[in-house]
Amino acid sequence: MNSHKLPVGSYIRFEKPQLQAVIDRLRQLGYRTVGPRRVDEAIVYDDLRSIDELPVGYLDYQDGGVYRLRHSADGGWFDYVVGPHSLKNFLFPPRDRVLEAHREPGGWRMETPAVDEPPIAAIGVRSCDLHALAIQDRVFLEQEYVDPAYRARRANLFVLAINCRRAAATCFCHSMNTGPQVTRGYDLAATEVDDHFVVEVGSDAGGHVVTAADWVPSALADVERARQQSQALKRRMQGRQAAAATRPRHASSAAELGPAAELGPPAESGRAAELGDVPGIGAVGESDVAQHQPLGRFLDTRELPELLLSNLSHPRWEQVAERCLSCANCTLVCPTCFCSSVEEVGDLTGEHVVRQRSWASCFTAEHSYMNSGTVRKTTASRYRQWLTHKLATWHEQFGTSGCVGCGRCITWCPVGIDLTQEVAAIRGDES
Amino acid sequence: MSTAAPGAAPASPWLAHTARIRSLKPEAPGITTYELALDDAGLAERFRFRPGQFNMLYLPGCGEAAISISSDPERRGLIGHTVRVAGNVTQALARLQVGDQLGLRGPFGSSWPVDAVRGQDVVIACGGVGLAPLRPAIYHLIRHRQDYGRVFLLYGARSPHDLLYTDEFDQWRAAGIEVEMTVDLGNSDWQGHIGVVPILFYRLRLKAPRTCVLTCGPEIMMRFVIFEALARKVAKENIYISMERNMNCALSFCGHCQLGPAFVCKDGPVFPYRAMEPYLNLEEF
Repeated sequence: MNSHKLPVGSYIRFEKPQLQAVIDRLRQLGYRTVGPRRVDEAIVYDDLRSIDELPVGYLDYQDGGVYRLRHSADGGWFDYVVGPHSLKNFLFPPRDRVLEAHREPGGWRMETPAVDEPPIAAIGVRSCDLHALAIQDRVFLEQEYVDPAYRARRANLFVLAINCRRAAATCFCHSMNTGPQVTRGYDLAATEVDDHFVVEVGSDAGGHVVTAADWVPSALADVERARQQSQALKRRMQGRQAAAATRPRHASSAAELGPAAELGPPAESGRAAELGDVPGIGAVGESDVAQHQPLGRFLDTRELPELLLSNLSHPRWEQVAERCLSCANCTLVCPTCFCSSVEEVGDLTGEHVVRQRSWASCFTAEHSYMNSGTVRKTTASRYRQWLTHKLATWHEQFGTSGCVGCGRCITWCPVGIDLTQEVAAIRGDES
Repeated sequence: MSTAAPGAAPASPWLAHTARIRSLKPEAPGITTYELALDDAGLAERFRFRPGQFNMLYLPGCGEAAISISSDPERRGLIGHTVRVAGNVTQALARLQVGDQLGLRGPFGSSWPVDAVRGQDVVIACGGVGLAPLRPAIYHLIRHRQDYGRVFLLYGARSPHDLLYTDEFDQWRAAGIEVEMTVDLGNSDWQGHIGVVPILFYRLRLKAPRTCVLTCGPEIMMRFVIFEALARKVAKENIYISMERNMNCALSFCGHCQLGPAFVCKDGPVFPYRAMEPYLNLEEF
């Protein structure tokens, strides 16, 4: 056991089960360790105390309105991609308290609730979500006002990131320059290589925690192999983009897509037959990918804000509104969507009141409600608000796109609306 | 812009400060002016705002409402808010009495460009309770009257009873404000104009190159005020509007008040017309 602190930038490797020692060290240090867990047939972030709780071997099949898990004997520890949860669920939780008011003899006493929770250590965070974290930082920390609860949780966050070696059909981080390789905002960044992890130390805290594992220094070849995995995935995503660009983009259901809508890690070749019993589910090897030409997502971001803001009266908004249920799922699973509403929660005496902040969505009528009426009454106007904010006006507000290409809004849309298709439709009519 | 407590350590911007109602003045049916004093004497002394800014008024158990400040920015200690009963918070506010307590956060938002328009003729065009956020600007113009050219107040309401601050109009006229009023529906005592606010422009002989327009009221009214101003060759750059959206947090966190790239709570409520021009005629944006 090595006990000294490893410097930032160093690479080590340890056998996969050694991840338990890292989790144990984090928990000794007082962290609440959260990571991917299989709950209700989806992979979500939840408390993770043991590596036995990891959904090892599971692969997620994602498409518009579709999410399915399949177990595969040769799947890795982290070869699923993103589920409905993101770091937002922990730093900007769905419900939070912003103020408490207590009636006392002299009058009301107002106070800011303390954040009295253990710090979070998130395990298995993907590059897209680290970019989303940086975007939420801009909203809650880097504008005129600072949200105290977010700041408190963010300051103590520990991130063990994972470099993806597989992409879902809904992933388009390569379009948004947000992945698949982890590049920022991590304490440790791990890559699965065969039966071990190659780990880069990204912070002092990471350099301390990782020494809990039985590690050895990474050989240059290990580091190179880890890098090549990410680069190869990015190339495959780009290749998929080229393939999709030459095909009609209307297909959005699993049936239309066929069984090969996923890109698997290189090691997955030959598993297609095993997974073939459920149509459209499972990851397959590269030969199958080539055979079936999956429709990968990509988003053409060239002058996208200008494109959308000059098409605010485009008929496409009405067309997408015919499918959109205005259910708000896309905004809830989005790792950057930050809208919220504050409500009064009082006790029965009315003498103790908590102002509770909950996630809100621009897809509701309440969101734009004023006493003079609701501004955005139609679904078309709400979808337009969401997409133009996410991809256009976000740049003016925060100097970045509001989209990280994680694809959650596509997967979790009950009718499979795909923002990349909506943008392409508007762009297509333009050119 | 800052919270009311610049001296305090990094205070939560969500923290409301307690204040008490010092006076109540019914202005019109359903509209009352509340003068508030912050309980903390130090905060009360340090509280400053610029004309056009707003506070979040908080009634525990009911919620918060964004209310523009309607009092003189130079006056210390008392903060005036003219409130029209419209939603549940303002209804609850209407039940309060002098001495009752509430919470206050602020001031928030942008302000009327009283410095930028120095030397110009100023046309203030507003409707109904839209005069409230402009009253601090009027007090400023009166206090620095020699810094400005002609000052017009074009003001309209549904009926003569709905006109605000009419008891001050003689003072304002004496201070060199040219007041023109109109109502949608007159009564037997009404000797003035009948019609919408924009028609009052026909009464004016504007020197367009040196005229600015500050307007606040229903969006439809502001659109026609802008139309009349532009028709008289007032430069777009010299037109300022105060927008209303659902301001839930006032901190640009909650997202409800977005209007294109703007957070109305932070970038507004007062905008140069240029910033809003692409969106004003867009339905449901």
